[in-house]
Amino acid sequence: MEFTEKHVEGLKELLYKMADDLLIIGHRNSEWTGLGPMLEEDIAFSSMAQDKVGQSLALFELLHELGESDPDTVAFTRNDHQFHCSQLVELPIGEYDFSMVRHFFFDHAEAIRFEMLADSVFEPLSMVARKFKGEIKYHTMHADIFMQKLAAGGEESFSRMQNSINETFGLALGMFEPGKYEEALIESGIFGGEAELQRRWLDKVLPLLESFGYVVPKVESTEPAFGGRHGIHTPHLQPLLDEMTEVFSIDPGADW
Amino acid sequence: MYGNAYIENDGNKVNSILADEDPIKLAEFEARIAAGDKIEPKDWMPKEYRKQLVRMIEQHAHSEIIGSLPEGTWITRAPGFRRKLALMAKVQDEVGHAQLLYSAAETLGKSREDMTNDLINGKSKYSNVFNYPAPTWADSAVIAWLIDAGAIVNQLANSKGSYGPYCRALDRICAEESFHLKYGHDNVVFLATGTPVQRAMVQEALNRWWEPIMHFFGPPDKASQHSEILMRWKVKMGSNDSMRQTFLNMYVPKIWDLGLTLPDTELRKNEETGQWEYTEPNWETFKQVINGNGPCNKERLAVRRMAEENGRWVRKALMNKDAVYATPLA
Repeated sequence: MEFTEKHVEGLKELLYKMADDLLIIGHRNSEWTGLGPMLEEDIAFSSMAQDKVGQSLALFELLHELGESDPDTVAFTRNDHQFHCSQLVELPIGEYDFSMVRHFFFDHAEAIRFEMLADSVFEPLSMVARKFKGEIKYHTMHADIFMQKLAAGGEESFSRMQNSINETFGLALGMFEPGKYEEALIESGIFGGEAELQRRWLDKVLPLLESFGYVVPKVESTEPAFGGRHGIHTPHLQPLLDEMTEVFSIDPGADW
Repeated sequence: MYGNAYIENDGNKVNSILADEDPIKLAEFEARIAAGDKIEPKDWMPKEYRKQLVRMIEQHAHSEIIGSLPEGTWITRAPGFRRKLALMAKVQDEVGHAQLLYSAAETLGKSREDMTNDLINGKSKYSNVFNYPAPTWADSAVIAWLIDAGAIVNQLANSKGSYGPYCRALDRICAEESFHLKYGHDNVVFLATGTPVQRAMVQEALNRWWEPIMHFFGPPDKASQHSEILMRWKVKMGSNDSMRQTFLNMYVPKIWDLGLTLPDTELRKNEETGQWEYTEPNWETFKQVINGNGPCNKERLAVRRMAEENGRWVRKALMNKDAVYATPLA
């Protein structure tokens, strides 16, 4: 199939939102360095942060090949309205329970997204998706183990985790906000679409939560936190970007 | 990354230190060390040997975890993907070193929890150098290059020591630190050969860090019977001054090569003696900082205390008797 303009635009939109999600969640994960509940978790969150930021770089490089600016310029010079990340990833790390629940929801979605993209007709994307699948396997494993252990870790732990699940579920559903080019992406075989991704994600995470002993949140009665994909963000994103670009913006033309 | 251990000089107490040790076992122990054997956790060892090693390894472990704080704040500000990824990996290594070292210290009978409590209660020390702020990106570059370089000088010496678990941890740590040094050097080179703003930034950082770097190796050693014993037992592997000389000899020329200056007009190599001459850093400042009055002591411990406090429920949950056992990944 010949790619038309809407296919290319759809592809760019997809790459931007994935790259932005990964950059911002990676940035947030890295904030646990030195502050984790135990050294092993500092190290785990840092490993995941490195994978995320590395994956984001690979996607920005694909965008560069499609004619966008170079990765550093794109990542380090945009303001919040120009970012397409979901609101889920931009929230501060908060307490460990929130970070863990976000990690669980986000990484299962990414794992399924990469699995779907491994068959993309856009060969450069299917190649990186296959590589990412190998990395993210360990992220979901880590999340599953901790979600399970903290569910069975006594009353305080269980109630913290359950509250975080309840509060984060709508934010997580916001990840699947449809883009402008869903149909074009589906018909071209570039990507199977957000609705399909959400369906597979629910089939994965809800039974897992139930098996760990949590009360499963209801999809029908939860308002998804949409907006992020279209540049509408919480007040937390711009300060994050100000911090991230603090040094780079001293002289964006300099070699750092 | 870590400098010399702050071993108290109990010069007059030597006789009492060894008084209740079994002389035959002590002689065997010393003969093994003299022959180059490593002492392992279940081997007999004098009480003073155990005590000094716990203190030293624990200080080293604390230094790694506290040391991740001044650099860690720059992860979220690192300019560009390349630096961001490298700094994340570097600081992660430092936290990993803390994990290795706490495990090594635990083999001597003190639990990680006890060590952590002693850290946040101010009972145990950590390297003084982390009580200074890192106000610019260039500070993080200077730390990664020169503090890690100093740490390598010290840790390479200590890796030839007598306690097996500590030596093995140090071998691995030194291998990783050598990458940090390359990262730090590359970072400083970019700044020193960059725009006037970058150049000024790195020169100012270097000026700020020079005294803490000179302090890093500890005050000039005073000869005492106590330090003689620790040297004989291969707990202490070199004098503070000799390590400082090694560092100056390796790195001052590299700093000058980059066109950077150091804030000590007396600093020069005496070609006759082969020794570096320098203005003694202010050791009173050093004492003040080590006793809790440095610019960041309170902040560093407060952050550590907060992390311990906030993470308590997680550790408690994982220790829960009903917790499900999950198969470790590795």
